[in-house]
Amino acid sequence: MIPTRLTLLAAVAAVGTLASLTACGGGSSSSDSSGSAGGSYTFWDPYPQFDASSAWGKLVTSCGTKAGVKLKRTAYDTTDLGNKALLAAQQGNAPDVMLVDNPVVSTLVEAGILNKTSDLGLDTSSIQKNIIGAGTIDNASYGVPIGANTLALYYNKKILTAAGVDPASVKDWNSLTAALKKVESAGKKGITFSAINTEEGSFQFLPWFWGAGGDLTKLNSAKGVAALSLWKQWVDEGYAPKDVLQNTQTTSWQEFATGDYAFGENGTWQLGNADKAGFDYGIINIPGQNGGSAPVPTGGEFVTVPVQKDTGRYDVSKKIVTCLTSDANLLPTDTTLQYVAPTAAVQAEQVKQNPKLKPWVSAVAAARGRTSGGLGTKYPTISQPMWTAVQAALSGSKSPQDAMDAAQDAAGKG
Amino acid sequence: MRRRMRRGRGETVAVNLRAGGGLSRSSPRPYRGAVQQGVGLSPSLRRRLTALAFLLPLLGYLGAFYLYPLYRNLDLSLRDYTVRSFVAGDAPFSGWDNFRTVLDDPTFGPAMRHTMVFTFVSIAFQYVIGLALAVFFNRHFRLAPTLRALFLIPWLLPLIVSASTWSWMFNSESGVVNYFLHFFGVDPVGWLTSPDWALTSVIVANIWIGIPFNLVIIYSGLQNIPGELYEAAALDGAGAWQQFRRITFPLLRPVSAITLLLGLVYTLKVFDLIWIMTKGGPGDSSSTLATWSYQLGFGTLLPKFGPGAAVGNILILIALVFGLLYIRVQRRQEA
Repeated sequence: MIPTRLTLLAAVAAVGTLASLTACGGGSSSSDSSGSAGGSYTFWDPYPQFDASSAWGKLVTSCGTKAGVKLKRTAYDTTDLGNKALLAAQQGNAPDVMLVDNPVVSTLVEAGILNKTSDLGLDTSSIQKNIIGAGTIDNASYGVPIGANTLALYYNKKILTAAGVDPASVKDWNSLTAALKKVESAGKKGITFSAINTEEGSFQFLPWFWGAGGDLTKLNSAKGVAALSLWKQWVDEGYAPKDVLQNTQTTSWQEFATGDYAFGENGTWQLGNADKAGFDYGIINIPGQNGGSAPVPTGGEFVTVPVQKDTGRYDVSKKIVTCLTSDANLLPTDTTLQYVAPTAAVQAEQVKQNPKLKPWVSAVAAARGRTSGGLGTKYPTISQPMWTAVQAALSGSKSPQDAMDAAQDAAGKG
Repeated sequence: MRRRMRRGRGETVAVNLRAGGGLSRSSPRPYRGAVQQGVGLSPSLRRRLTALAFLLPLLGYLGAFYLYPLYRNLDLSLRDYTVRSFVAGDAPFSGWDNFRTVLDDPTFGPAMRHTMVFTFVSIAFQYVIGLALAVFFNRHFRLAPTLRALFLIPWLLPLIVSASTWSWMFNSESGVVNYFLHFFGVDPVGWLTSPDWALTSVIVANIWIGIPFNLVIIYSGLQNIPGELYEAAALDGAGAWQQFRRITFPLLRPVSAITLLLGLVYTLKVFDLIWIMTKGGPGDSSSTLATWSYQLGFGTLLPKFGPGAAVGNILILIALVFGLLYIRVQRRQEA
């Protein structure tokens, strides 16, 4: 018995020592990062596809050099970056400058770890209102968009010609469904998109949801249900493949790139791949239910400056942000990222260089931020039930109305 | 316990002898007295302290990598964490609120059911197939070692590779499984896209991954069964089935028990396979407690750490119950 009690005692003692050790460790590391890091600044972005030798990597380094410091860049997976940032902020070693996906901005603001652009003295007046909207909470903006992307419909010219469909005739949902039917009867596949149960699925569903006039605070309205019924009809009739439920936007693109599909809902960032796909393609804006262009969600990242203990660092951080988002640098950056620039001046330059971007510029002009309109951190609690509803309806486990009712219930609980 | 005590006494003797031998020339008794007076520790206490010093690294390791995370997880699940209080570290204590939220969630029932079905069906098949293969390979025919090695492949492949491959094979549009079925005139099945099939598909993949583990452990258990038993049984006229039922299976009982328990704990917490193949979908038709916990904590733009940790703790609790059950069964077997 005695040995057992002793072991227990020892264990308690050991845990106690360790806990105090880790506490010390945490404390010292945070004071390190604010104190001794004179000439070295940290920068995080969600572009692991670009290494230090890429145009983007070089731009980041040069912006650091211009600001007179060494900028240490770390690239994370985009889905990972938000949580990494929260953890880092908790430990007191958030990066000096961070590029994050736009819907994450409101979460980070809620966590209280981002500085207002006005406090830093950054000028955001030239940025288009709807693009900076995703990073604007209570009339204060918390970041500068580096660029925007959004969704449109790519179409395969050869298939549409063979099926006798004029892409110009696709003006609303009915004409689009009619076109899909024609393609189907010509022995080709209709449309592919991503309805996966992640944020990507919500991103892809939103143009249809908003195109029907849907309101995110009321998922189960007739308009929201109409959008879901449209997708369900396509899957049920075989106009869209069943595996849209598993498709990420990348796999959905791969399906479209096989050349078997007439339409693919995808983003600006696939333009480079589209040129490599080996067939003629065109782009139309996603139609609204009764015609016109549907509002599409903005994608793209914001340059943000996380809160630091040592506020003296902000001057350099501001220089870095200004450098990254200057008109001269936005043009090559957004060309590399295949994004639409957030300012009218640079957009005009982009279209001059590449006329194919024109439909994208108009799509971005009509786009809205997912977290805009005062939704902020409510958006994630709506988006998750929404993508679950899309999955439930498309897989046939619930009717669109029931699925949206359940989603509204879950979103209401927050 | 008893054995350890005995070994302890043996060490005592050995140490005393060594001490006596080494110091015999320079009068051992005053020396020992000096130690006792000077430090004030009896030899037995000193030995305990020495033993403890040896234990400390292990205890430190256990504390840092097991106890502390467990404590943190419990703490997360008992506090009302928002992103703000997570960063500031001032989340208010909220008692069982997170657990209540989780239990009231409409996802809880299905997730619990899927976890149980996933676990028990997986283990049943893994064990039976593993046992059959082990008995088969125990017959030492030519190529047996090679074939057995081949069966280990699922174990060697990184899970991301095997799960992605299964996901590709089960694809409803271009998957090889549907392509194969097509030759028999079977309509394509939405393996991962139909709520009726998604859970089955991930179970099939998980069974495939789990067979090698069962095969290896049971096979090594078979090696320990003396061959004479089979010879004697054969002389008594026992057929293959009777030999298996009366000798192999009963003698494998301890090995089977540990295989099943380990399988249970491993399978309860399977996350990566399901996440890669279906992300718990479509809807929540293949979500288990493990995937749901991740979904809550990391799957959305706004993490819900509290409820996520609560689900994780429920999962730990279930594993613990089965672990205790195993210990009880084992005690009764030994008694």
